[in-house]
Amino acid sequence: MSSEATSTAALAPGGADLRTEEMLLNMGPQHPATHGVLRVMVRTDGEMVLDCEPHVGYLHRCFEKHCENVTTLQAVLYTDRLDYLTAMGNNWGFCMAVEKLYGPELVIPERAQYIRVICQELNRIASHLLAIGTYGMDVGAITPFLYCFREREKILTIFEHICGQRLNYNYIRPGGVAYDVDDAMLALIGDFCSYFLPKIDEYDDLLSGNDIFVKRTANVGVLSAKLAIDYGCTGPVLRGSGVPRDLRKDKPYGIYERFEFDVPVGSGEHGTVGDCFDRYMVRVREMRESTRIVRQALKSIPGGEIRSAKIKAKIRPPKGEAFTRIENSRGDLGFYVVSDGKEVLYRVKCRAPSFHNISVLPEISRGSMLADLIAIIGSLDIVLGEVDR
Amino acid sequence: MERGAIVAEVRKAFGERITEVDEAALEPFVRCEASTWPDLARFLKERCGLDMLVCLSGIDRGKGVGLEAVYNLERCDASRVGIAVKIRVPYEAAVIPSVETVWRTADWHEREAWDLLGIRFEGHHNLVRILCAEDWEGHPLRKDYKSPDRYHGIKNNVV
Repeated sequence: MSSEATSTAALAPGGADLRTEEMLLNMGPQHPATHGVLRVMVRTDGEMVLDCEPHVGYLHRCFEKHCENVTTLQAVLYTDRLDYLTAMGNNWGFCMAVEKLYGPELVIPERAQYIRVICQELNRIASHLLAIGTYGMDVGAITPFLYCFREREKILTIFEHICGQRLNYNYIRPGGVAYDVDDAMLALIGDFCSYFLPKIDEYDDLLSGNDIFVKRTANVGVLSAKLAIDYGCTGPVLRGSGVPRDLRKDKPYGIYERFEFDVPVGSGEHGTVGDCFDRYMVRVREMRESTRIVRQALKSIPGGEIRSAKIKAKIRPPKGEAFTRIENSRGDLGFYVVSDGKEVLYRVKCRAPSFHNISVLPEISRGSMLADLIAIIGSLDIVLGEVDR
Repeated sequence: MERGAIVAEVRKAFGERITEVDEAALEPFVRCEASTWPDLARFLKERCGLDMLVCLSGIDRGKGVGLEAVYNLERCDASRVGIAVKIRVPYEAAVIPSVETVWRTADWHEREAWDLLGIRFEGHHNLVRILCAEDWEGHPLRKDYKSPDRYHGIKNNVV
């Protein structure tokens, strides 16, 4: 930068000094590249980002206060609106915390466990498809977005058949799931897996191997493993930095210990470990793993009940406190619930992965180019619905 | 190091300063006074290797008890061993020392707990509201919170 500035000054008539000045740039809250209503105050020097500060809260509706005013069953509905791209995971995370209050006597029926895994993994694919598609758009590739949405549409149609909703499912409930899935539907999901796997190769051809895309993302926004842990980053953001932490492997919840899958991590294949490309590539590879899990689940799904009889229509979780986490598309989604034995929970606290992931933004964007800031925000793949809650 | 070993280490190092330990609870925790917290936080991170602050939950425990902060800590390796630390403070002196220099994610979490519950984190470099608007009044997650009738002339229609 400095050498460039000097050369410009030398060219200026009369040797006038053409120094660049610091400028405070307001990006958002309504900006297509911020993936929602995120506002970033950027201190720039020419095209360089000297510092930036994310301002969040534009979507705040105090989800946690809502939960203190509605019954436990109604609260499931509010969780849909947290990370609205992975509502199955939100439902599951919240229900798991409530189920933990019941203790080991509460057994979730096998069939419900399998349905949960299938839905969660399909939802992860749908969410990653959106992340990858919009990320391509962020850095100038429009075509992959259209392909990604074509595939995502198929998953949303499956969900529409299963529970009547395309985004806010309210499907996984304490004790099981809301409706059963018929065999025709399971066959359709199997067909989707066969259809989808070759499509991932197409994305690799279109985007992952695209020289322009690689140049825009490799060595950009490098996040070291230590910094990621310090900021509580989880999910693909942490794994992109080369840390193989996945709750489905480390602390298997549900029935994840029965499935075989790998945990992809960033390896710096085009640049440095923990750059934007690594975070992107982890998501692409996770889609393959998710498809693997869905296929295994489809093979062994048993028949039977879909809801535990122990949980009645009026849910009164036993007195106690529980904190549980699941591996959602964007990282560890946790719920801290406090129950005093009434139908309405005393306190619900949501630990949202995007809240942590976006807080690291100033650290990894300092000193980058302004256009790279867009690439960095996109690679963190945040959903403001859960940042702001 | 298992959770039991961590608790034993903490007990050995802090003795009476740890006021309560419950390993049988659904969420095993240790409790300490606010004044012990900075030392304990550093000890847990540096000596016990709990390098990730997973979650900070503020809870209004109601009249006669006060406010509580629950820190869920974890070691970010395959063991994922962790423990919760609970700190209780009275309403009239709801102050807990900040640990943003120990775990940097505490920065935003403490701002959130200040915003929604009014727990003041002493030593925080920028303790301002994070989720609510800057000029919002009150702390919504307090149990005695009343939502305002109007905000900048906009009527509140929510009952």
